[in-house]
Order: sequence, then structure tokens, then C-alpha cells
Amino acid sequence: MQAAPETGLSEAEIHALGEIAGAMIPADAVLGMPAADDPAILADIARSLGRDLALVREALVAIAAKSRRPFAALDEEARDALVNEYYAQGGAAAVALGRVVLSAYYRDDRVLQALGHEPRPPFPKGYRLDQGDWTLLDPVRQRPSFWRDDRVTPTGSR
Amino acid sequence: MASNEKVDVLIIGSGASGAAVAWSLAETKMRILCLEQGDWIKPTDFPSNGRDWEARRYTDFDISPNRRGRDTDYPINDDNSLMKIANFNGVGGGTVIYTAHWPRMHPSDFRVKSLDGVADDWPVDYWALEKFYEENDRMMGVSGLAGDPGVPPRHPPMPPIGLGKTGARYAQAMNRLGWHWWPSDTTIATTDYEGRGACINLGHCTPGCAQGAKASTDITYWPLALRAGVELRTRCRVREITTDEHGMAAGAIYYDADGVEQFQPAEVVILACNGVGTPRLLLNSASSRFPDGLANSSGLVGKNLMLHPWPIVSGYVEETLDGGRGPINCIWSKQFYETDPSRDFVRGYTLQFGRGTGPATQAMMGAASGLLPWGRNHHRHYRTMLDHRLSIGVACEDLPEEHNRVTLDPELKDSHGIPAPRVDYTISENTRRMMEHGIARAEEILTEAGATQIFASRTALNYPGHLLGTARMGTDPERSVVNEWGRCHDVKNLFIVDGSIWVTSGGVNPTSTIQALALYVADQMKQRLATLFD
Ligand SMILES: Cc1cc2nc3c(=O)[nH]c(=O)nc-3n(C[C@H](O)[C@H](O)[C@H](O)COP(=O)(O)OP(=O)(O)OC[C@H]3O[C@@H](n4cnc5c(N)ncnc54)[C@H](O)[C@@H]3O)c2cc1C
Repeated sequence: MQAAPETGLSEAEIHALGEIAGAMIPADAVLGMPAADDPAILADIARSLGRDLALVREALVAIAAKSRRPFAALDEEARDALVNEYYAQGGAAAVALGRVVLSAYYRDDRVLQALGHEPRPPFPKGYRLDQGDWTLLDPVRQRPSFWRDDRVTPTGSR
Repeated sequence: MASNEKVDVLIIGSGASGAAVAWSLAETKMRILCLEQGDWIKPTDFPSNGRDWEARRYTDFDISPNRRGRDTDYPINDDNSLMKIANFNGVGGGTVIYTAHWPRMHPSDFRVKSLDGVADDWPVDYWALEKFYEENDRMMGVSGLAGDPGVPPRHPPMPPIGLGKTGARYAQAMNRLGWHWWPSDTTIATTDYEGRGACINLGHCTPGCAQGAKASTDITYWPLALRAGVELRTRCRVREITTDEHGMAAGAIYYDADGVEQFQPAEVVILACNGVGTPRLLLNSASSRFPDGLANSSGLVGKNLMLHPWPIVSGYVEETLDGGRGPINCIWSKQFYETDPSRDFVRGYTLQFGRGTGPATQAMMGAASGLLPWGRNHHRHYRTMLDHRLSIGVACEDLPEEHNRVTLDPELKDSHGIPAPRVDYTISENTRRMMEHGIARAEEILTEAGATQIFASRTALNYPGHLLGTARMGTDPERSVVNEWGRCHDVKNLFIVDGSIWVTSGGVNPTSTIQALALYVADQMKQRLATLFD
């Protein structure tokens, strides 16, 4: 099997990963969202497997076994059902697959922009946080203190 | 084995308590050395500098040492515990990756037996610690608002973090319910403070603050302690404390940065390795004189571990809220903190109200809760979640139980071959009832706030990293490991200042109290220097 550079997965495994990722997060043209098997996103997923490599491989094998025939040959509804069912069963491999797909997908420039987020790291620009309405605290300020003062509560009173 | 020049005071661990005790003792002009197994972390190393900021929470800034797997970490077998262990090993310890919630214990937390008839009273009370809480608040730099009727008076030196849209949404719901709330105290600086920049709302506070607004001890206590002459050696992992022919601590054997075994002699040894690292070290220091581990004649070293079960209840509203663009710290409620005899459990909990998260984290949480589907419905559903999230943490007190414990794992070892800790922990019936009560109240609040898709994560999603109780304080040597001022009953020049000396856990994040206690122990030591070993 030929290994794809920098990923640890073979070309065939990356292909399978792409099919599954594309089913997990398909494109939505109306909302302007690419699919998770978009070449740039898939390359990011594959590059970022790191310590999850073995678990993701396990997930690919498990999903292939569950689909009984080639995953890509299933219709959209069956693919949806299969990935949802597989993820819902839990387990470290499913969680790892979800984590690597979502981590890469939700840092893609196009995805963030379509969601109204700036495609940048938080630092150094940071964000603005409103003070909010502090008069909301007025009724709480009226309350007498209600913490138990052990200097006035007689010992053994309960 | 190489032997170093003797020091007056050897501190092991540079985290919350180690830094505070080092700074406080520095004024004695004694020769003080701290050995820390981890590194200094540079602000440029923190995830929020890069586009992979969310993913790194699951790699080199994961809260679990087992997954993080830095060479400065040690593994922990927590398979037999529903609550997993979270920590950070480096200069600043857990404060490097803490969330900077800053509540204090309540006076009643130190009088649990007298007031509520359970567990044990502490041998110190709130009032003995009060001035150290205040001193620590100034040193760490606390933002908050005086006047909270739910807690004793305190004087945060900086104003609170803004309510934002999220805080206002909670506040309106709490006011309608007639329940207490107040802006949370936090060690995130809201103004420039002692050389630290004010918070700029990076919103990713837990895995390190690139702005330096969050007070970790590497940027608060340590620079001052070093300037005052304390020496800090990093990448030095202590294997064991040795004792002399009189049963006093002689010093520590450690592996230096090159893996070379060294002996560091000392007049006084202070442990600040946290509620898992300290019992591990004491148990690893067994000898013919101390066959069950050092300072363990009570048999309580490692026992009574408390971890604070912390359910999180979340929901989503239609309004666009702050999302992850601001500290998660928002408001707290003490409405259910004190014991209420009409409930089916004793003691109580704090409710902590959080802001949202970044886009990837939101997707992961949505998927984990089963609310966010994969496939064709993913995008439309996700849009109801991102920046619409409300979440309430239920900070439950767990009481000390001897079967909850840290022991040495018979097989697992760290990279130096030192036996690793094993954690066995279950959640008691009292705590479970408290958790369910808190979850039900949080659900009521979220419903009142107009949230739907309400989901309660009982334990699986949040491990608060509060490691407490495994070398408890007390006046009776048969029922405690250290005395009322932190000195081991069995070894008169060995002190413990970290979270392991806690008697009970309160329903609050612990670090302000851990540090107040460390300052208190240091103060006691300074007052008794001439008679320290009597
Ligand atoms: C993800 C997370 C979030 C948290 N959020 C909050 C919060 O919001 N508010 C709050 O109050 N608390 C919070 N905490 C808890 C807080 O971090 C701890 O309470 C606090 O750091 C404990 O202080 P300590 O001094 O007991 O130990 P630590 O700060 O853990 O320091 C122990 C140090 O000892 C070193 N050490 C251990 N063994 C050895 C050895 N054998 N040789 C050399 N060095 C050794 C370690 O490397 C470490 O640096 C959080 C913790 C985590 C992990």
C-alpha cells in the first residue's frame, strides 16, 4: 500500500476517509458550506491525525464492515443513517473520527466566513465583549446576606 | 549519585501552592530551591496564537496527562474512576490551564461535622485564612464585584468581567425565578495589573492565556519569588524523599533534565505536587523505617480523594449570544450552596454559568450530546447551536471517603521508571442526589431563559482537575497526615501545602483556598522558625 505523504494513511485509506467525511458533513450550496471531503479540508484532516491515527484507522475499518458493500455505493440516506448509527454507538474510535473531521472542518476559511466568523486565531486581536446591563443586579443587591456564618450559628445546631 | 549543596528549604512542585509558599518564605532570606518536573511555558506556545487553537485542546494542551503525553507528564491509571484526572505539569502547575474561576470556600465548609454532622471539621477556619485569601487575591489579581450577599465580604482589586449578552440572558431568568446570582470572581485581569495586560476576550482561557491576562503562577508569584532569591530548577522529577537516622527528611532524589540521578539535601522539605502527585511521592518514598510510605502511620496517605463531580447542563436560545468570544467565566449562583434540611442530601453546590465555545468545540459538544446530527441535517442544526449556547456547571461537593484513593500502580511507570499513580474513585449516594438536584435546577433556569435542546452531561464531559484530600490535615495523628499548620505528624521537617491537605472539598473551585492555605502554612512556619521541629 502506498502511503500518502505526511499523513500515515495509505492513499486508499485517505480515499475511504474522504467518502466518510463527505457523508458526515456534506456540502450545502444554499448555506455556502463546502463538504468535509473538499480537497483542502480533507488534506487538513489527513495531515492532522497525529495521535488519533490508529483510532481513525479503526473507525474506517468498522464503518466499512458495517456498510457491507462499498460505502460510496450506498445512497445518501443509507450513508447518513450509517454514520449516525456508528457515532451514536460511542467508543474511542468514533469519537476520534468525529474530532479530527470537525477540528479541520471548522477552521476552514470558507466555513468560518459562511458562519459569520473571522478566519483568524483569537490572539492577538481578541474580541469585544459587551458590559451588558448591570442594573439587572439591583434586585440581588437588595437581598440580605445568606451565607452561614459559623461564628453565629451555634455548633451542633443541626 | 551526584549530590548538590544543601538548601534550607526544598519545595517540590511549582504550581499554585508551590509558588505561593516560595514567595512567602523568600522574605526569610533562607536558601530556597524548588524542583519542578515540567518546563516554563512561553505565551507564544499557547494555542490561541494559531489557527489550530481548538484542536490543540486535544493534543499538547489536553487536560488529561495521559492524552497530552508530554515528556514532562507522568501517566495516571484512572480506568477505575468515572472522573478522570486533569492536571498540568510545568511551572505554574494546574494554573497554566485552569479556567480561573475564583470562588472561596464558605465559613460553613470548614465546620462540616459541627454544622451538618458529616465528615470532619477542619482544624483551621475561614477566619484564620481570611487575610491570606485577601493577600492571595492581590497577588494573583482578582476581578470581581464586592457586595455579594451569597458569600462573606471580599475586596476584588479589579472590576468584574462584562455580563455580555450571555450573562444578561441568565440574569433575567434568575431574576424571574427570584434566585441569587452574582458576577463570578476570576483571576482574569480586567484592567492592566502588575505588568499583566487586561483581558482582550480571546475566549479560550483554559489552555493558557496568550495575552497573559489570566493569572497563572508562572507570571504572578514566580517572577517575584525569583527576584527575591528563590531558585527554580525545571525538568527535575523527584523520585523519592529520603530520611536520615532520626526519621527526619534528608532531601530528595530526582532525575535532572539529562536524566541523571541527583540527590538534593535540605533542612526542610515542602511538598506541593497536588492531590495525586503528593501521595504518589510519599508512597514512593517507602523505606524500612516507613514501610507503608512516608508520613503514613495513619494509613491515610492517598485516601479520601475528592474530585468534585461537575455535571454540565446546556441549552440553546434563538438570540445570538457571546459564543466563545469572551472568557467562559460569567456569573455564579449560591442559591443552593448551604445545607437545606428539606433536601434529600447534605451540603450543597455552586452553579457556574458559562459562555459559549469556538466553532469546532461547539460541533464536538453537539455531536457528543447526540443533538447535532451528521449528514444532510448537520448544517441547519449546527446554526441553531453556534453562538446560541447557554451552559451551567453544577459544582458539587463530594465528601471524603477512604475507598476513594490514590495508590501506586503495580505496572504503570513514568518515563524515568518511577511507579505511576492509580486512582480508584466512585461517586457517593449523597453526591449523586446533589448532582440530580443541581441538574434539575439548571434545567429550570435554562427553560426560564428560553432554551431548548436541553442536555445534561453528568460526568463525562468535564473533569475539573480538582485533586483534593489525600494527605488530610488534623490534630489527631491517627486520623490525619499533617497537623493544623501543614507539618507531617510523622516527619517534623516535612510539610505539605497543596490540595492534598484538604479535609472536605466545599462546592467551589479550590485554588484560591489552596493558595490561602499555602500562605497560611508559610506564615506559621515563619512564626515558628526557632522551634519548627519541636
Ligand atoms: C483544566 C483545568 C481547569 C481548572 N480550572 C480551575 C478553576 O477555574 N478554578 C480553580 O480554582 N481551579 C481550577 N483548576 C484546578 C487548579 O489547577 C488546581 O486546583 C491547582 O493548580 C492545584 O494546585 P497545587 O499546588 O495543589 O498543584 P498543581 O498546581 O497541580 O502543581 C503541582 C506541580 O507539581 C509538579 N510535580 C508533581 N510531582 C512532581 C515530582 N515528582 N517532581 C517534580 N515536580 C512534580 C507538577 O509538575 C506541577 O507543576 C483547574 C484544573 C484543570 C486541570
